[in-house]
Amino acid sequence: MSTRVAPAFAAGPTDAAGGLDPAARSGYADHPPRMGFFTDTSVCIGCKACEVACKEWNKVPEDGLELTGMSYDNTGSLSASTWRHVAFIEQIVRAGDSRWLMSSDVCKHCTEAACLDVCPTGALMRSEFGTVVIQDDVCNGCGYCVSACPFGVVGRRETDGGAHKCTLCYDRIGDGLTPACAKACPTESIQFGPLDELRERAQGRLRELHDAGTPQARLYGEDPADGVGGAGAFFLLLDEPEVYGLPPDPVVTTRDLPRMWRHVATAAAALAAAALLSGLGQRS
Amino acid sequence: MSDRAWIGWPVYRQLTGDDKLARGKATRSAVTDRLEPRIKNVDRVAKSVCPYCAVGCGQNVYVSNEKVIQIEGDPDSPVSRGRLCPKGSASLQLTTGDAREYKVKYRRAYGTDWEDLDLDKAMDMIADRVIESRRRGWQQEVDGKKTRRTLGFASLGGATLDNEENYLLKKLFTALGAVQVENQARI
Amino acid sequence: MAEAHPVGFQWVMEAKKRGAKIIHVDPRFTRTSAHADVHVPIRAGADIAFVGGIINYVLTNEKYFRDYMLAYTNAATILTDEYADTEDLDGVFSGLDRERRVYEWDSWRYESDAVRPAAGERSPDLTGAQLLQVRRSGRGEAQGSGGAKAEPRPHTDPTLQHPRCVLQILKRHFARYTPQVVAEVAGVPEQLLRQVCELVTENSGPDRTTAFVYSLGWTQHTVGVQYIRTAAILQALLGNMGRPGGGIMALRGHASIQGSTDIPTLFDMLPGYLPMPHQYGNDNLDAYIAAETVEKGFWANTRDYMVSLLKAYWGDAATQDNDFCYGYLPRLTGSHSTYETVLEQLNGRCTGYFLLGQNPAVGSANARMQRLGMASLDWLVVRDFSLIESATWWQNGPEIETGELRTEEIKTEVFFLPAAAHTEKDGSFTNTQRMLQWHHTAVEPAGDSRSDLWFMFHLGRRIRQKLAEAGRGASAPPEGVASADEWNRPVLDLTWDYPVRGPLDEPAAEVVLAEINGWSSDGTPLSSYTQLNADGSTACGCWIYCGVYAGGVNQAARRKPGTEQNWVANEWGWAWPANRRVLYNRASADPDGRPWSQRKALVWWDAGQGKWTGHDVPDFIADRPPDYRPAEDATGVEAISGTDAFIMQADGKAWLFAPAGLVDGPLPAHYEPQESPFVNLLYGQQHNPVREIITHRDNRYQPSGAEPGSDVFPYVTTTYRLTEHHTAGGMSRFLPYLAELQPAFFCEVSPELAAERGLEHAGWATIVTARSAIEARVLVTERMRPLQVGGRVVHQVGLPWHWGPNGLTTGDAANELVHLSLDPNVHIQEDKAMACDIRAGRRPRGPALRDLVREYQQRAGITAQTGTEE
Repeated sequence: MSTRVAPAFAAGPTDAAGGLDPAARSGYADHPPRMGFFTDTSVCIGCKACEVACKEWNKVPEDGLELTGMSYDNTGSLSASTWRHVAFIEQIVRAGDSRWLMSSDVCKHCTEAACLDVCPTGALMRSEFGTVVIQDDVCNGCGYCVSACPFGVVGRRETDGGAHKCTLCYDRIGDGLTPACAKACPTESIQFGPLDELRERAQGRLRELHDAGTPQARLYGEDPADGVGGAGAFFLLLDEPEVYGLPPDPVVTTRDLPRMWRHVATAAAALAAAALLSGLGQRS
Repeated sequence: MSDRAWIGWPVYRQLTGDDKLARGKATRSAVTDRLEPRIKNVDRVAKSVCPYCAVGCGQNVYVSNEKVIQIEGDPDSPVSRGRLCPKGSASLQLTTGDAREYKVKYRRAYGTDWEDLDLDKAMDMIADRVIESRRRGWQQEVDGKKTRRTLGFASLGGATLDNEENYLLKKLFTALGAVQVENQARI
Repeated sequence: MAEAHPVGFQWVMEAKKRGAKIIHVDPRFTRTSAHADVHVPIRAGADIAFVGGIINYVLTNEKYFRDYMLAYTNAATILTDEYADTEDLDGVFSGLDRERRVYEWDSWRYESDAVRPAAGERSPDLTGAQLLQVRRSGRGEAQGSGGAKAEPRPHTDPTLQHPRCVLQILKRHFARYTPQVVAEVAGVPEQLLRQVCELVTENSGPDRTTAFVYSLGWTQHTVGVQYIRTAAILQALLGNMGRPGGGIMALRGHASIQGSTDIPTLFDMLPGYLPMPHQYGNDNLDAYIAAETVEKGFWANTRDYMVSLLKAYWGDAATQDNDFCYGYLPRLTGSHSTYETVLEQLNGRCTGYFLLGQNPAVGSANARMQRLGMASLDWLVVRDFSLIESATWWQNGPEIETGELRTEEIKTEVFFLPAAAHTEKDGSFTNTQRMLQWHHTAVEPAGDSRSDLWFMFHLGRRIRQKLAEAGRGASAPPEGVASADEWNRPVLDLTWDYPVRGPLDEPAAEVVLAEINGWSSDGTPLSSYTQLNADGSTACGCWIYCGVYAGGVNQAARRKPGTEQNWVANEWGWAWPANRRVLYNRASADPDGRPWSQRKALVWWDAGQGKWTGHDVPDFIADRPPDYRPAEDATGVEAISGTDAFIMQADGKAWLFAPAGLVDGPLPAHYEPQESPFVNLLYGQQHNPVREIITHRDNRYQPSGAEPGSDVFPYVTTTYRLTEHHTAGGMSRFLPYLAELQPAFFCEVSPELAAERGLEHAGWATIVTARSAIEARVLVTERMRPLQVGGRVVHQVGLPWHWGPNGLTTGDAANELVHLSLDPNVHIQEDKAMACDIRAGRRPRGPALRDLVREYQQRAGITAQTGTEE
């Protein structure tokens, strides 16, 4: 497959001009609503059905048989072979209300996705649903996306050399199906739907929890003004993000790239033109 | 590649289309464009029930080319509303995974390893052994009172079996005079 | 519930969303506790004390639902003056034969005008030993709906003042379950108990209902049945039975474990909870019916059910003249449970064993004894998906490692036959709410794998063929049997002509279901058990399932989407009996037939139509008006009055006091587990006096309470499941996606216990009982909380029991530790509350393992007598 022409050459908007509509900026003029996940951790029972359902559907291999000692979490983190990861945080107090927090983490499908920005092959792609997908047939395993992700979501799998992560079940949602994890989730902790609706629902749930005396409840990844332009997969947490192993203030690692690219625009254009010509020549 | 195929080439699409950054439409591969859920065009969907615990979650079993290719929750079920736990979600691996044995294995008395055995032969050998154990453990009377039973063989299992299977098991073994018929419900 | 039944737990979360309060009682803080409003850490083995404390609160503060209690329970019923309570006898009930460890029931009966109470199962010539045999044969368990004998028309005192009326007996009995005592026994602080009492009682009454949910945490005890009885008393007092949102729900752990109880692969029952005939008192059909039938209610029709079953089994061969082949049935002489079976294997009488989807080598209590039993067999058949431990113990079992067994010296022949999966066969599962659901064949089973239906049918076909071949050695009768014909007739007369289909000759499961459902003499499928007859004109394989094939339609295969019907969802699958979803739902209406409240309406009397109606199928005689009163001489179903909501009971009432049926007491009493570091603070009686003891050198018990040596095992341990695994692991440890989620056997301990014993988080610990020692990785967690019990701190050790030596994740089996001391009603072992020691590090390997266990036994002074006293 081809290399991709550098973003600066294409000279499209790289700010949040598309707002929460990254699909529109990615060439999908007439596209469906942006779809995403709202993971309400306040009702997560830590069953890990999401982890298994994801693996069954996406044929993701087993990811190690080590006891971590981290409560009931033997998954550890998201990786090339773990696209849903349930974290367990024990907050037990001998007098008072104990909590055992559980939260199913997943790729955030950022509005400003660094993995996508850095991918030199075009393997990473924004879908018409606004989600971020790795195309296995394109990925050359360079691993740029792995280090670019501010959440540590993407990983390279040793067995096939490719980078892998949650696709938000692109094949399923393209056909009107619910992603495997959300479909399996026994308590609707993982909710799938148009991002607008999920945001509204999340605000309602947040108010409910605040009214019910849970002031620690907060949304994470829901704010379009955050460092990744808001996430397509956001969360309701019951504590600080760090408690769940989530970065408190994630920033798209490629935020400064446009300015940098402008300086090399000329060179890039020349390279791209050459690539185009040679490509046409080879393929005719 | 056909003469016009280069129009589909990503960089061409990037330069000529709306996706100047090549983050979306322009970078789609042919595979991506053809992507469909593998349960879309299956031969049939069998209605089923999760085999693990006794909640009885509904399952849809997707069959393609006489293979089960996916098992998911049945949204119609008033019990489970389409949801499954991690075990239920692993039903595909349970039923089609590497852990399944498909051949009869036989360990002879004092043997140190498994041997292969024809299923038909195995059934015949088992039938002979049931008859012999039944005879040896037969108790026509105990303490002068009629019992007409055998303690010669026993069975354990049934909680994972279908009602129809348990019915035949109990019927056959009771007729043979066996009383030591038990299952996990005791345990 | 979130741990072991996550998808069922969605309904708890729904209820919580609507304001329900969730109380979770468990020694550990689990995934269920995480979503509960109140978590009650409890000392394992003390639940009767805890729930008894709630009952005491209800009685003391008159928080019961008086109208419900008066109308639908036996609160007003008067007992004879022969009854003596635990209050009178320091912890035992009247009728205890201490020598034989058996209760006579006669003194527990109701007072009535009858000259002499019905004889029960006791014929006049039964000796104490014979009585024990009958009791051991599971008479408490058969007739699971509580059809034990009781006076149908006892004396009552509706003012509830009579000193011998049940309510007054109850008050006296539970008076000692004070908050202070509950705190001392169960480790539940008074304030916490008070909170639970208030939540439960405030949420019960005409407008509200409270539900109890339990699993094996309540059944696996030497007093397991009485645990559930305690909840039954509380729920009956509070009016929470037969009503929406009420009840006591058993969450069962296998896809069709309910079905395998209804159509029992259990020694003591025939299909539909009919007792297996016993050697004594069941000589012929008349004697059996006389002994096992009650006078009033639907169990009065036992002869209809039994004859129809015999017709289903033996078809045309079963006639009025030959007692419908009743004589073909084998007879019990006591308990023949899976544990007695192991003893029969060890003594050489039981030489063959079938394991069907079951893994006793790690999944049954005292797993070592299970394996030693299997090593004594001539042959063993294992039908499973994978090479589970029960198939390979001769190769790699723990006894091979310790040197107790040598592969080349084990005589057992082992046949491993691969089983078909649920996707590869037709059939029905009965789920935990008594609902049958059909699963359809998706694909044919591959290779040699076959359904158990195939296996049973073809095995039966072959055996019948062999027995029928005259002159062959196989058909020669054993000693003492007059002729081969007499010996083999029951097998040869069996109806066994099921049609087969497909390339594998798979029997048609629907035809079997049709037989279970039953048919009339012309083959028409029956639609209700009320159609069954005792004259041989109907056949029915399981009377409570009658109707599942009504109209010739497989009702279990119905799948009308839940969203397209009412909340009861009666058109999805089929629930026994008669597709009723809530049992005894007549009690959801008041005595006049009106719902107790609109909010809690379920079924009601429609005077205009002259019948019961509602959201659910009424569990009552459809056209019997609330004001119906039976004639003095009415019997059977006719004797059920319009307010006898509990139609299966001999007196039509929910039993606060059980005048018969339970072999270990008419009321629950707290007894310490077989093995406990504590003395019983409630009574002088330490243990359940009639618990079942199995004395065997491989089943030694530990000293308890104040006995010397008890301190060698100072900790309490309990077993449980994890969400990520299933039972003994045969369907989870072998799967990569589940194995990786919980990849090691571990024990859970508190930081305090870890400090006391030097246990390191994620390190290894060895857990020891008088049976064995096992090793586990250590999870030190605050979720395990030391409790104050009996004036001191007690630590508890949590053990998930899914592991064994085979599969992708391997580990020792918790069942190595468990002794065989059984609940006397149902012969279930006490996994859920034991005493143990725990020490840092891995267990010894090889012969040193048994040396360690012997060393502990010696240190604790354990002999064959230890723990066996009544």
